[in-house]
Amino acid sequence: MNLSLLLLLPVITCLAIVCCKGLKQVRAVAFTGAGIQLLLAFVLLVLFWQERSSGNAAPMLFKSGYVWFASFNINYHVGVDGISVAMILLTAFVVLAGVLVSWNTETMFKEFFFLLIFLSAGAYGFFISLDLFMLFFFLELAVIPKFLLIGIWGSGNKEYSAMKLALMLMAGSALVFTGLVGLYFNTAVTKGGAHTFDLLQIAQMQIPVQAQMLFFPFLFVGFGIFTALFPFHTWVPDGHSSAPTAASMFLAGISMKLGGYGCLRVATYLMPDAAHTYAPYIILLATIAIIYGAFVTMMQKDLKYINAYSSVSHCGFVLLGIGMLTKTSITGAVMQMVSHGLMTALFFAAIGMLYSRTHTRMVDKLGGLLKIMPFISTVFVLAGLCSLGLPGLSGFVAEMTVFMGSWQNPQMLYRLATILACASIVVTAVYILRAVGKTVMGPVTDSHYNSLSDGSWNERLAAILLFAGIIAIGIAPFWLNKLITPGVEIIMQQAGKAVTLK
Amino acid sequence: MPNHFYILLIPLLPLVSFLVLGLFGRKYFNISGGVMGTIVLLAVTVCAFVTAYDYFFITGKLNGIYQHIVLFKYTWLQFSSSVSIDMGFLLDPISVMMIVIVSFISLMVHLFSLGYMKGEERLATYYAFLSLFTFSMLGLVLSSNIFQLYIFWELVGVSSYLLIGFYFDKPSAVAASKKAFIVTRFADLGFLAGILILAFNAETLDFGTLIERLTNGQSSWSIAITSASFMGISALTWALVLVFAGGAGKSAMFPLHIWLPDAMEGPTPVSALIHAATMVVAGVYLVARLFPVFSFDGISLNIVAYVGILSALIAAIIACTQTDIKRVLAYSTMSQIGYMMFALGVSKYSGEDGLGYMASMFHLFTHAFFKSLLFLGAGAVIHMVHSNEMKDMGGLRKFMPVTHICFLIACLAIAGIPPFAGFFSKEEILTAAFQNNRFIYGIGLFVSGLTAFYMFRLYFSIFWNKDAGLHDVHGEGTMTMKIPLIILATASIFAGFVPFSKYITSDGAPLETGVNIIFSIAPVLLALAGIALAAGLYKKENDKPARITAALGGLYHAAYRKFYIDEIYLFITKKIIFNSIGRPAAWIDKNIADGLMNGLAWTTAKIAAAIKGFQSGKIQNYTLYFFAGIAGLAIMVIYFWK
Repeated sequence: MNLSLLLLLPVITCLAIVCCKGLKQVRAVAFTGAGIQLLLAFVLLVLFWQERSSGNAAPMLFKSGYVWFASFNINYHVGVDGISVAMILLTAFVVLAGVLVSWNTETMFKEFFFLLIFLSAGAYGFFISLDLFMLFFFLELAVIPKFLLIGIWGSGNKEYSAMKLALMLMAGSALVFTGLVGLYFNTAVTKGGAHTFDLLQIAQMQIPVQAQMLFFPFLFVGFGIFTALFPFHTWVPDGHSSAPTAASMFLAGISMKLGGYGCLRVATYLMPDAAHTYAPYIILLATIAIIYGAFVTMMQKDLKYINAYSSVSHCGFVLLGIGMLTKTSITGAVMQMVSHGLMTALFFAAIGMLYSRTHTRMVDKLGGLLKIMPFISTVFVLAGLCSLGLPGLSGFVAEMTVFMGSWQNPQMLYRLATILACASIVVTAVYILRAVGKTVMGPVTDSHYNSLSDGSWNERLAAILLFAGIIAIGIAPFWLNKLITPGVEIIMQQAGKAVTLK
Repeated sequence: MPNHFYILLIPLLPLVSFLVLGLFGRKYFNISGGVMGTIVLLAVTVCAFVTAYDYFFITGKLNGIYQHIVLFKYTWLQFSSSVSIDMGFLLDPISVMMIVIVSFISLMVHLFSLGYMKGEERLATYYAFLSLFTFSMLGLVLSSNIFQLYIFWELVGVSSYLLIGFYFDKPSAVAASKKAFIVTRFADLGFLAGILILAFNAETLDFGTLIERLTNGQSSWSIAITSASFMGISALTWALVLVFAGGAGKSAMFPLHIWLPDAMEGPTPVSALIHAATMVVAGVYLVARLFPVFSFDGISLNIVAYVGILSALIAAIIACTQTDIKRVLAYSTMSQIGYMMFALGVSKYSGEDGLGYMASMFHLFTHAFFKSLLFLGAGAVIHMVHSNEMKDMGGLRKFMPVTHICFLIACLAIAGIPPFAGFFSKEEILTAAFQNNRFIYGIGLFVSGLTAFYMFRLYFSIFWNKDAGLHDVHGEGTMTMKIPLIILATASIFAGFVPFSKYITSDGAPLETGVNIIFSIAPVLLALAGIALAAGLYKKENDKPARITAALGGLYHAAYRKFYIDEIYLFITKKIIFNSIGRPAAWIDKNIADGLMNGLAWTTAKIAAAIKGFQSGKIQNYTLYFFAGIAGLAIMVIYFWK
């Protein structure tokens, strides 16, 4: 399969949107485009599967490349492994669901759908890039539209939030770029030889340990900001709470995963020595994010803040899994990325549906909605249950894999971190059940709510879509596990000093 | 054991029933959903009985020993090359016994609910949740892998959550469901940590392999786990104690029992199924499942024994003071589970010394019948009186003769009066305790007297005592409510005669047991004394109880307030976790973590504002800066030149 299709399709969709007239046409085009994206992602999955089962064990499949800027040795070079395929699938799910929940956008709908679809091009490009410069290019592509989405279609203190998000993510990008350039200048095989941005080539080289020590923090922290690394997580709550529903879904569902993916694919994969050296710090920050994020969530009163802070906590699992550097824990980290992407998108979708009807997101003001809007409330409860790690849903599988993998790292302090991370699931249960108990259960707090309608077809479809993904992982995790394990194994081989179970 | 497909149906049918009723119930089966669920459960029960027959009488035995048979093994999630979650069915004496109990009691509850929940607008949802619970519980008992058990363990927890909070517009029900979930979740943290330790050291999650590796003292795994230690305690003990903590949470053992009385907010048939007969014994089942490993490690087994007896005692004392009939039953459940726990705790693995294990399972078996009967009977009473409080009841024997007789039978059974079921199992437990630990035996004996007292206090207060001035409004209840009561009452009479020790023992070999009349005298006399005392105090309305409580004063009050354990928990959660951890964390995030970022932005903006004046666009200013710069440079050059 030609992976460039994944880039071409959103671009064509965007162009078509520009040519459309009226909301009906625009959303039909956006819906079709996003639908084909999902189809394409499934085709990719099947083809990838076939290729792997026919014995093709190359690290990256479906590679293609063109020279882009010869003198700096920058190439358009794409390819996928199981991890990228999983992330591409996630993106396709979230984008389609995002289009569906934005069905009735009224202000500047053309621009809105344009930006939304455009974002997906950035995300796909990021996940398929094998050239670090291209990867950075797509990372940037996925930041700017978010600024506009929040600033224009947002709610509350939107200018402040948009600015904060954009600036913090830009700071992250700046760190990433510094790291990438630093890496680039340490890629010469012989003194004075050609440098390269090519991921696979760099992986074959031995980057000098000193250079690794210097540039690993840049890359890890830079990508880390995207995935809410403590203490650079504060863009998350403000950004999410001001963003329109679809943007929140994209932001938490995909954008935060760009960071996790980057930490893994670029920082850890290319600089394994530094990853080992810095592991204690990563684990420390991840553990803080997990447990501290959970406690902060417990005190929030706005549903979007609750989900945003819980994302900080849940993305901590991704970083914890990466920091633990065992095969199982990294597999768990990738699973958590996919799982959290689906779950948090579903949660934001449900919150958006509640908000668009009740015009409040404050837990104290809501109540008894289960009786009035059974569908939306059930979705809300299910997203919550996934968040607190109910077996049968994806969150459980991912978290347990992270715990299992983390425990394999036998150092006592790491064990302590694992236990603390495990303990966070109790706190998660506290805040989720508080939110669920107050909003959808209990007596109806406002008689106006009685006349509100339940989910419309597009909202239902969006929720079912995301939930199907959650269930597919939760009930049958083996396929996802099988999909990503070979990719993780390659990263672990690279890490060399793989800590595996005896 | 042949691969009979009907064994697969046992958990699968309730799952299908859950999916159908959950997805389409509201629209299509809101009336018929109950009947559908009940029919499905009937099929499940038949399958379970056939399986049990097949296992115990035809295929389960090899050379006189009952085998552990694993069916349908499928790798669900591969953690590493050696550790994986394999979904499979494990058939051994206890799991087969459990599927019979679970499906049978569940069927009774399904049937009873047809009458009890009549007119409920969310009937299909109710039956969907019941099916979900039955599925999870059956999955739990059939698990062949400790992680698989943990998965169903959590599912059981969430079904319990959903059912306790079934009346979700009642804030107290929502609070109770939340409490039950969070307390058991907290306990499950221990279970999870225990699994992590076991998986790391034994390199397997499979029950069979795990037990084999850890109970063979020479194996490298066993040596590794017993020699690794943390804070002077071996990794094996840690793992088992942590796993037991999970079990204690689910089984409402002290001090993790606080959720059980509140769980009575759920519909009463649910309490009969989940919080009396099946789910709450999951902790006992878990210890029994890992019993070979527990008995290999003496320390953790001792902890099981003492936690069990302490819970039995505390719960029995509290039960004497409660006035809500369901809460009395809840504490009595806790007390009886304490019995099962300490029976396991005083047991050893093989032969004659394994009596405690067999007795524990026997008590689990008989208790399921009479306790669910008590709850369903209480349900029938509540259905009639529309109140849970004893003060609203009295003289009900006239209105509800069937319930009255059934309830009496259940009370006699739980009090341990021969020849009712509870007598036999309690007898075995006390014998086992007597042989191994006289201290525990003494307390156990005392508790059995208390049990008789509080159960008959309940019985006399409901069916005798004053005439509460009730009118027979809608009769005793439908046939679907009476039939389960009668069936369970029959079971409560005869379950004790099952030659249990022939089938269910820790090592799979049959055990010879018999009733020792001399030994039985003490517990039976104590029970009779308890009943007599209750009759004297509560059969007729009088002021003796009030005088006694006044005389006991603070002691009574402490027991009535459940020894202030709830208040302690409230203090910890409200004052410590919320106010001392949550609030500061939120403050730090807002002011320090975010303040740092905002401060950075603010500083940048300030600096920009300060220096933007330089870009004034005025030629004169630029000329001034230019010459000032030249002058500065000149001074520096001259100064540094030297």
